[in-house]
Amino acid sequence: MTPSISPWIIFLASIITSNMILANFLGMCSYLSVSTEYKTANGLGMAVTMVLVITSAINWLVYTYVIIPLDLVYLQYIIFIMVIAALVQILEMGMDRFLPDLHAKLGIFLPLITVNCAILGATLFQVIRHYGFIQAVLFGLGSGLGWWLAIDMLAAMREKLAKAKLPPGMSGPAIAFIITGVVAMAFIGFSGIFVIQ
Amino acid sequence: MAENPRAIIKRNLFGENQVLRQILGICSALAVTNTMRNSLVMGIGLSFVTALSSLTLSAMRNIIPHRIRMLVQTLVIAAYVIFLDLLLKAYLPDISKQLGPYVGLIITNCIIMGRAEAYAQQNPPVAAMLDGLFAGLGYTLVLMIISLIREVMGFGSVFGMDINFLKLQTWTIMIMPPAAFFIIGSLIWGLTARAQRKARKEERA
Repeated sequence: MTPSISPWIIFLASIITSNMILANFLGMCSYLSVSTEYKTANGLGMAVTMVLVITSAINWLVYTYVIIPLDLVYLQYIIFIMVIAALVQILEMGMDRFLPDLHAKLGIFLPLITVNCAILGATLFQVIRHYGFIQAVLFGLGSGLGWWLAIDMLAAMREKLAKAKLPPGMSGPAIAFIITGVVAMAFIGFSGIFVIQ
Repeated sequence: MAENPRAIIKRNLFGENQVLRQILGICSALAVTNTMRNSLVMGIGLSFVTALSSLTLSAMRNIIPHRIRMLVQTLVIAAYVIFLDLLLKAYLPDISKQLGPYVGLIITNCIIMGRAEAYAQQNPPVAAMLDGLFAGLGYTLVLMIISLIREVMGFGSVFGMDINFLKLQTWTIMIMPPAAFFIIGSLIWGLTARAQRKARKEERA
C-alpha cells in the first residue's frame, strides 16, 4: 500500500510544488491574521513546523498501531484532533519547563496551532496517501517549512506595503490575498519537477 | 433575549458574511471551489455541521464548565463531522473522494468554532441553530459565487453542463490555486470599499 516515492522527493515536493498554503490552502486563518509583522510571523512559522513534525510522527503511530488494529477508522477525526490538542498542551508545558527562552518566543502561538488546519490537514493527507513512517515525518517537516516560507514571504511584503498607498478598501486582507495569488502563480513555475499526488 | 429570525438571516448572509467580511473559513472556501458541485456539497455540509453544533452547544451552555469549553466544542463539532463524512461516503462516494481531506478539515473551520464561541454561548438553542445555519448558508453563497466564476472560465461549464457554445479557449489558470486567491481578494476588496463608502456617507449625514 505504501507508495514507493523517495521520502526526500516528498520532502521537497511538500515545500515547493504542494506547498501547504499556495497549493492546498491550509492554515489560511492564522496565515492571514498573524502576517502583519515579520518577527511574529517568523515565530509562528517555527512553531507550526515543530508541531507538524511531531504530530505527523505521533499520528502516524497512532493510526497504524491503534486505529487500524482496533478498527476505529470511523473515529479517526476525533482521535487525531485529541492527539493534536494534547500534544500541543504537553509541548507548551515541556517548553515552559525546559526551554523557557523558546517558550517566551513561541508560547503565545501554541494554543493557536491546535485549530490550525495545516496540522490536521497534513495528518489526513498522509493517511489518504498511505505514507510510511519516514515518508510521513518528512512530509510533515516539508509541509511545515513550506508554510513557514510562505508566511515569511507574505509578512515581509506586508511590512513594506504598510507604507504604500493602496486603493480604498484594498489594505488588509484583500491585498494579502492578491499577493498570495501572485506568489502562488510564481510557484506554479515549479510544477512538474516533483509529482506526489 | 432572542434576536428576531429575520435579523439573524440578514446579518449572516450579507452584513457580516463570515467569509468575506470576517475572513473566516478561508481554507475550504478556496480549496473546493474549482467546481460548483463540490462547492454546493461542501456548503450544505458545513451548514449542517454549524447548525447542529450550535444547537447542541447552546442547549448545553449552562452545564459546560467554562474552562474546558473549547475541548467540548471541538468534540461536539468532530462528532457531527463524522456523521457528515459517513453520509457523504455512503451516498455521494465520488464527491467524497474529490473533497478528500477537506471534509475532515471542517473540524478546524473557524466559522463553526467562531459561531459556537460568539453566539451559541449566550443565546437560546433555536436562535443559535438559525444563526449557525445561516452563517453556513452565507458561506455557501460565497462558495457558489467563486466557483461559478472559476467553473465557467476554467471548464466552460455550469454544474458540469457544457455552456461553452462558442468553443472559446478555457482558462486553465482559473482552476489552479492562484485564481482562487485573486477572486476572493477582489471580492473582499469590493465589499470593504463599499462598507467604507457607506460608513463615510453616514458620518457626513
